Amino acid sequence: MEMRAVYAECLAEMMEKDRHVCVLDADLSKASGTRKLYERFPEQMFDCGVAEANMASIAAGLSSYGFKPWIESFTPFATRRICDQIAISISYAKQNVKVVGTDPGISAELNGGTHMSMEDIGVLRSVPGVVIFEPVDEVQLRAAMPVLNEYYGCVYVRLFRKQLPTVFGEDYTFDLFKADTLREGKDLSIFVSGFLTKDALEVADQLAAEGISCDVINVHTIKPIDKETVLASARKTGAVLTIENHNVIGGLHSAVLEALAAEKIPACAVGVQDRFGEVAKMPYLRKVMGLTVEDMVAAAKKAVSLK
Amino acid sequence: MNCDLKEICKDIRCDIMTCIGHLGVGHIGGCLSLAELLAVLYFAEMNIDPAEPKKAGRDRLVCSKGHAGPAVYATLANRGYFDKKELLTLNQGGTHLPSHCDMNLTTGIDMTTGSLGQGFSCAVGVALGSKLEKDGATIFTIIGDGESQEGQIWEAAMFAAAKKLDNLIGFTDYNKLQIDGSVAEVNDIAPLADKWAAFGWNVIDVADGNDVEQVQKAVREAKANRGSGKPTMVILNTLKGCGVQWIVDLGAGNHNCPVSEEQAEAAIHEIRGE
Repeated sequence: MEMRAVYAECLAEMMEKDRHVCVLDADLSKASGTRKLYERFPEQMFDCGVAEANMASIAAGLSSYGFKPWIESFTPFATRRICDQIAISISYAKQNVKVVGTDPGISAELNGGTHMSMEDIGVLRSVPGVVIFEPVDEVQLRAAMPVLNEYYGCVYVRLFRKQLPTVFGEDYTFDLFKADTLREGKDLSIFVSGFLTKDALEVADQLAAEGISCDVINVHTIKPIDKETVLASARKTGAVLTIENHNVIGGLHSAVLEALAAEKIPACAVGVQDRFGEVAKMPYLRKVMGLTVEDMVAAAKKAVSLK
Repeated sequence: MNCDLKEICKDIRCDIMTCIGHLGVGHIGGCLSLAELLAVLYFAEMNIDPAEPKKAGRDRLVCSKGHAGPAVYATLANRGYFDKKELLTLNQGGTHLPSHCDMNLTTGIDMTTGSLGQGFSCAVGVALGSKLEKDGATIFTIIGDGESQEGQIWEAAMFAAAKKLDNLIGFTDYNKLQIDGSVAEVNDIAPLADKWAAFGWNVIDVADGNDVEQVQKAVREAKANRGSGKPTMVILNTLKGCGVQWIVDLGAGNHNCPVSEEQAEAAIHEIRGE
């Protein structure tokens, strides 16, 4: 199932149970997968048109009236474009608004560089009070949605729209503030977020064949980062690799290194090297951005060699 | 509420002078221009209860020009939301009365504002919330004329009209001045009434927004627009610094300027007509 379909299904369940749950769009409900909900929940779905700033502040106003709004747009327009509205109308004012950015990083594909946000985590990570969550697959997303809805405050959800391979089993239990250890090893800690998590497992398999065993830890919540898990793993293995579909400045790599700032542990990064995106399909983009499994294996070996 | 609104306006202006004079600096001009509106709203027209500041279904005010915080605080204190002595803590470390309105710090403040344009959208969201709750509340919001240069104001204007939010009453504090000079010279917003009308709002143009009778008449007319399917914008032609001549004479310089305790004291005599 596509991630957006899972997302919309979860929203529908939540709206059915609670009339205060509502969704605001900025003319991208079709892209977000929520268009069909307009008929079913006419008093809970609001299209603000192409006006993201207004959408964010309206959501804050609704929140002050006891509503639980979710706002959605493509990732760059849900973050960098409305950073001040998220900062002031929502987080500073202590309002309960969920911000959903779809098509993160290279997954914007054919929309190209203007729609390809490499900095959204960095932008919002520096705003106090904003929780940043990036789901890996539909199992995790389904488990997370009710938790996010019940969490009072601003959460940014970095949502891949299309179908993704499943990483988690049906017995998965979700803790918003706890990273998930998917694989345990002793030579290297791989911290990974979002859809690249599946690839990180493949990297671990390849390295295992060469006698390098890895912790693979999915950091689904990049802020606040689960420092305890990050520290424990890095201290155990003595080498770190971060993997993310985001600029290496400001995202997961930065968050992990901040957690490890007082440690003497070598770390390498697979991520976008401080550049804008460009138009193409994923395989090409992964190559030019250095996000292939081969890039990850090479970086992993480098991190281990630096010990 | 039975009271002399003109006297209330004097009290509000004097308290604005006292707290900004005590601090030594503040957004004095755009606070003084709002006294009549705030007196009319909080002492005559809003359905509120200071003893129950968070009462469900109450009327709300979003002061989107958040820098007029001191004027709203002076009004709230006079209305009994908190002790007047608290006004002297304005902008001091740990205060409940920050320069710009903060709903999480100040009893009686309905929305956090300060980043211009945003409060107006928030007010639209509040009005939508009230419509959904069917609680009959009226949502009032105040924007500045300089603030009207923000694109977000017009995004919100379009949405409020499209959603037929006739429970929303906006006020433009049209004092014709902003930080860098006259609004007309910096980036003119005229013809303002035509703009709001074109955006699908009822428009009431008040010739003297510092005349309490004119303001009250306009607020009542705006309230009577409920059922029209349109929000209402009341354009208040005001005087920035109204009530204290030397502050008026500073022109654009009165947006945020030093005020000594002696100046404040003299101003209070002037306001009282002594």
